[in-house]
Amino acid sequence: MRGYSHRHPLFLPPREIARNHPVTELLDKRLVFVTGKGGVGKTTVAVALGLRAAAEGKRTIVCEVSAQENASRIFEHAEVGFHEVEMAENLWSISIDPDESMREYVLLQLKVRAMRDMLFRSRIFSYLAAATPGLKELVTIGKIWELAQLDRKVKKGRKYDLVIVDAPATGHGIGFLQTPRTFAAIARVGPIHAQAQQLDRLITDQQHTGVAIVALPEEMPVNESAALEHDLRTDVGVAVDRVYMNAVYPERFSTEEAERLDELASGENGALRAAARAAVSEHNRARSQRAQLARLRRRVQAPVKTLPFLFEPELDVEAAQQLARRLG
Amino acid sequence: MAAVGEILAGKDICICAGSGGVGKTTTAAAIATGMAASGLKVCVLTIDPAKRLADSLGLKELGNEASRVDPALFEQQGIEMKGELWAMMLDAKATFDELVARQAPDEESRDRVLGNRIYQQISNALAGSQEYMAMEKLFELHTEGRFDLLVLDTPPTRNALDFLDAPKRLTQFIEGRSLRVFMRPTGLAAKVAGRGASVALSVFKRIVGFDLLADLAEFFNAFSGMVDGFQARAKRVNSLLADPHTCFLVVCGPQGEPVDEAVYFHRKLVEAKLPFGGVIVNKVHYPAEQLRGDGEGLRAALISKLGDDLAERVAENFADYQALAERDALNIERLARELRTQSVIRIPYLDEDVHDLGGLAEINRYLFASSEEREAIAAGRA
Repeated sequence: MRGYSHRHPLFLPPREIARNHPVTELLDKRLVFVTGKGGVGKTTVAVALGLRAAAEGKRTIVCEVSAQENASRIFEHAEVGFHEVEMAENLWSISIDPDESMREYVLLQLKVRAMRDMLFRSRIFSYLAAATPGLKELVTIGKIWELAQLDRKVKKGRKYDLVIVDAPATGHGIGFLQTPRTFAAIARVGPIHAQAQQLDRLITDQQHTGVAIVALPEEMPVNESAALEHDLRTDVGVAVDRVYMNAVYPERFSTEEAERLDELASGENGALRAAARAAVSEHNRARSQRAQLARLRRRVQAPVKTLPFLFEPELDVEAAQQLARRLG
Repeated sequence: MAAVGEILAGKDICICAGSGGVGKTTTAAAIATGMAASGLKVCVLTIDPAKRLADSLGLKELGNEASRVDPALFEQQGIEMKGELWAMMLDAKATFDELVARQAPDEESRDRVLGNRIYQQISNALAGSQEYMAMEKLFELHTEGRFDLLVLDTPPTRNALDFLDAPKRLTQFIEGRSLRVFMRPTGLAAKVAGRGASVALSVFKRIVGFDLLADLAEFFNAFSGMVDGFQARAKRVNSLLADPHTCFLVVCGPQGEPVDEAVYFHRKLVEAKLPFGGVIVNKVHYPAEQLRGDGEGLRAALISKLGDDLAERVAENFADYQALAERDALNIERLARELRTQSVIRIPYLDEDVHDLGGLAEINRYLFASSEEREAIAAGRA
């Protein structure tokens, strides 16, 4: 939601948070957003954080907002849709659909049943809702807020200790998290103004809300992570708690060993040569990854934690469990 | 399978589509370079290239103007460049503004649209506008006819499908036909539309606040003179995409999720009767020579050459690598089956990130090779 200027500094800049706190402190918050460029493993990290929190006894829910249901896929579970479904002990999952969120929002706003029915049947209303830039994102964040309430608005709503959001990819900038702020600035009257401000306060409340960025040790993801942290700080007023550098190769070989293997890789024997080539490749990749890791550490303020590359055919629950144990 | 050069023979437009993080930008740049090297005048339209790749092509900033890549750069890399390579970094917002300026009946309505807050939202952030503007620029360049081939690197959408849906979503919004009637809630239109509509409108007003609604009304009013122009143009853009001289290449990675996405996207292409050209899988772990069952022999040979400790680590690394190669092979087999094609171009997982012309040339050894040649290069025999 760029394009609106904020002439009046409605919101205060983020405080510096205590850096390098352990992951348990991140999981002690009520709400954690996991964000980053597409294809970096956001969902896996979100699920790993969820598993870790659940293992520590926290009732946790992982929210997806992209309608892609990658989390259900990790659990090899059928699509969950707009329902809170238990995936493991203490761990639930939901896929937040903006239309359903809008519906739920209207239900909570309007007490007169006849009026609600008329609204839901009205094409005008759904058209207006679709045409208002950012409204889908706003009601989605509204649903996240609702999930994070100890006193749930939804009837018989389960109480969660922690809500983890697998946030949208950053392809369209930081729009998602910025939505409440933008909305509060443009909708100057009406309940949505107050509610948008409330949502913005939730997002920028560093005591209760955390943000983790997931990156890969490649040039573009590193650039985008640094830009994302910067934009979150200056445009949304959020300090990032940690950056997870995902899929980092092990350093199996020293430079001297790689040189020896390089010789073997140009030899005759098929099997020996193939094994040596694979080793040299890994050495080279690990080296270029180290360079990217160093770049990331130079360019972001948040502590950078690494997660290992998993030599697994598919990233399933087991893989997420492995990562959960390695979360720093 | 046919190499990229054969797939693109006689084509005017090549669209590289795929989900985020699969190497679309690099692939598009490599294809454009390869086709230019063969003698064509090619322009690659890219959205957000890695800085080093942009630098290596001499692309300094978002210009929204095509600029020629200096032939000396290819010479330095030992690449024979028979044609011309041009490149452009697309600025979606500027493209949208240009389009409005072109469609506006007069300066006043142009300025009203450009200054409208809803317009600024849409041109910046509405899902679909970046995708649509990429197509729009493609259309414009194609109409000018300055190039033999245009290669489009599609924007980094969450999934590839957003790209195909973009024009429809955007034009539907801009048309806003059903909406415009109700924009003056106290006017005659609201009375004609009946109680349901005016209640819906008043509730909406109450929920979002009046300013926003006023902005929307102002936007549709300002835009009303341009709607027909936009629609006509969108129609022509759509028929250009479906033209037999256009070719969609699906780009993906070898893991389960990107392969699923590629299968889904291909299906949508077919349904929309858009011309599918082939699929390119990046970062593939090629299987080494047939070694299964020979693990012990290899281990012994490694130990004799390298000693216990190093041999152990080399063997372990090799086993990990082979497992990934097996996974990739299975996924690609599934991809070929679902797409009912043998034609999957596999690019190996190179040791280094590709960020210069040398790297693009390395990729092109695979992209422009026949499948036999490709296997041979990957196995290190060529």
